[in-house]
Amino acid sequence: MGLEKALGDSFLLTKLEDAINWCRKNSLWPMPMGISCCAIEMMAFAGPRFDSSRFGSEVFRFSPRQADVMIVAGTTTYKMAKVVRKIYDQMPEPKWVIAMGACTSSGGIYRTYSVVQGIDQFLPVDVYVAGCPPRPDNLLKALMVLQEKVQRGESKGTEPGYLSDVPLNAKQPANI
Amino acid sequence: MATRTDETARKSKILQALEDQNTSLTFDDPLANDLILNMGPQHPATHGVLRLLIRLDGETVIGCVPEIGYLHRGYEKLAENCSYHEFIPHTDRLDYISPLSNNTAYVLAVEKLLGIEAPERAQYIRVLISELARISSHLMFLGSLAMDVGALTVWMYAFREREKLYDVFELLAGARFTTSYTRIGGLAQDMTPEVAAMVRAFVNQFPEKLRECEKLIQTNRIFLGRTDGVGPISKEKAIDLGLTGPGLRACNVNFDLRKAVPYLVYDRLDFDVPVFEGGDSLARYYVRMEEMRQSARIVTQVLDTMPVGDIHAFKPKRVLPRKEKVYTKMEELIHDFMLINSGINPPVGEVYCSVEAPKGELGFYFYSDGSGQPWRMKIRSPSFVNLQSLTPMVVGSMVSDVVAIIGSLDPVMGEADK
Amino acid sequence: MKEKLLEKLALKFGESAFETSEFRNELTFVVPANRIVELCRFLKEDPDLEFDLLADLFGIDMYTPHRRFGVIYNVFSMRNKFRVRLKVFVEEENPVVPTVTSVWGTANWHERETHDMFGIVFEGHPDLRRVYMPDSYEHYPLRKDFPLMGIPGSIPLPKK
Repeated sequence: MGLEKALGDSFLLTKLEDAINWCRKNSLWPMPMGISCCAIEMMAFAGPRFDSSRFGSEVFRFSPRQADVMIVAGTTTYKMAKVVRKIYDQMPEPKWVIAMGACTSSGGIYRTYSVVQGIDQFLPVDVYVAGCPPRPDNLLKALMVLQEKVQRGESKGTEPGYLSDVPLNAKQPANI
Repeated sequence: MATRTDETARKSKILQALEDQNTSLTFDDPLANDLILNMGPQHPATHGVLRLLIRLDGETVIGCVPEIGYLHRGYEKLAENCSYHEFIPHTDRLDYISPLSNNTAYVLAVEKLLGIEAPERAQYIRVLISELARISSHLMFLGSLAMDVGALTVWMYAFREREKLYDVFELLAGARFTTSYTRIGGLAQDMTPEVAAMVRAFVNQFPEKLRECEKLIQTNRIFLGRTDGVGPISKEKAIDLGLTGPGLRACNVNFDLRKAVPYLVYDRLDFDVPVFEGGDSLARYYVRMEEMRQSARIVTQVLDTMPVGDIHAFKPKRVLPRKEKVYTKMEELIHDFMLINSGINPPVGEVYCSVEAPKGELGFYFYSDGSGQPWRMKIRSPSFVNLQSLTPMVVGSMVSDVVAIIGSLDPVMGEADK
Repeated sequence: MKEKLLEKLALKFGESAFETSEFRNELTFVVPANRIVELCRFLKEDPDLEFDLLADLFGIDMYTPHRRFGVIYNVFSMRNKFRVRLKVFVEEENPVVPTVTSVWGTANWHERETHDMFGIVFEGHPDLRRVYMPDSYEHYPLRKDFPLMGIPGSIPLPKK
């Protein structure tokens, strides 16, 4: 977290960023925000057949303070949206979000009064996974796509000062 | 509870005492107040988005208020705007651990409203998938309960068995879960001999795999310590609170809808209904383990005695015709068009039909006004009613038992919140 | 069982006290709101009838000018394996129904859900608050004049 900041400006930095991002991508610890049916496929994704720990997601950290990526799995209602946002805010940077399933991407089959039509209305999402529910291999592909994104050093929700594309002595935004 | 002014007064007293070096100052007993603990919607062990507000006196629970509604998706309002056929995929997502039993319950209710009956073979296959769904749901219960009390290996073993069931469902219905396999008047497609062979192979190896899981936890002191005598509920309280399913059968009440009000072909099959006494978490565990064995027995009988025949009822104005006929014959084309566009138009009236789902009594109520969409549809979901009995079970036990109790009650929030 | 039930009801409450109807082998009684608790208690405590399980309790919006809202009770007798449906209709201006939580404890959450979805007030209920929607929500979703997509802005969403 902010290792690039601490090490200062140097010609070794690019290689170091790559190395750090490589480390980050191969040890993404997910925080499963398992709300409904997609949570079962997420459990299968962690289960014996489609093993997620061979991709580095060794443990599913249920505490947001210890996780890198939040997999929102299941229909988000307006009542639950506040809770999801609170958990997201508690995650330390850099952080990523995978919106699993049709319900989180766009409201899914529920076009009703209590379902948020897509979590990107209140959360910055990095990877959207299609399916209702997506097969666990689909979610593995999403994890791999996210890993490529991490390698490039991009994150939709993280303040840019923590990653590589902004000069290190830039002014920090006020709402940190 | 101390108010702001008391707090500041107390703090200033402490500071004053420190300044005066007065070491004989006494404080209020910190254990005199109750603690309200929020087991929030996001919690690894609450089986979904259930929020529990627990009032604690030290570590003993003296009050508990469950709060649900974090997954309320508006099913009943949605059903008033969908035709009867369009709602079938939605029923999968109710009790999302055993979707096939929800499909069966829904089409049984619609068929009762219409006054039609599916053919024999379809009924036998519906019994088969309901029982496989029951095995799948109870395996998830076994895995979750074991994981909640600390035995992680059993979760992995249970999921390995569930993956085998998912293979069967995928071959039979096209999807791992959220199958939407049943249709009004029959089923989506027939069961091929390959699927029958897969089911038979699964059921043959299932009892010994179950025995493996049992050997790991059933006589383990830690498991028994965490579930024996934990979360008891009396028989009268259980009936008064409407608890149904394995929770009721663990209180020494022999009530199972498959035997009491037989539906489909359950009256022709030979099986026992396990009843245990004690009403605690261990009894609920035993009931579910035994139910899995009985389900395997039912599946074997169904495979042996299933008749050959059609799986669609022949009622042209009510049941969707087969696609081959729709593309080649005129009447079927017209019927297909009318049934999809204006719906099945059942007679005016109301009907309620319930089945024994893995969690309890799952029932659908329809009030039809004669048009293609139901005027009112109500889902009697077992988890919603079972969660009411959480409060009497939890009060009096320790805070660490709450997790084991929720695990043994096995609620599914998709169903409880509709 | 059906004859025994009708006979006992006629004996206790008088002949044709409730409108009876039957559809697909299911018996339905329409009961006035002030007699529902009495009838429920009789059904539960009578030793021959013993309707001890309240399977379901919910509301229905008929969208007619009179007797708009209804509350439907679905009671089951485990010993006799018989099911009966009771209906109570109330007006739109003052939808008040006495509570049956004193007869069956399970009615507690069901009545809260009916209040949440339709706005029917159950007098005597120990804890009548919303169960599905947030407590500060002002509308009643399952009424026929409430749109499926909801009223935009009625529940706040966190900022991005």
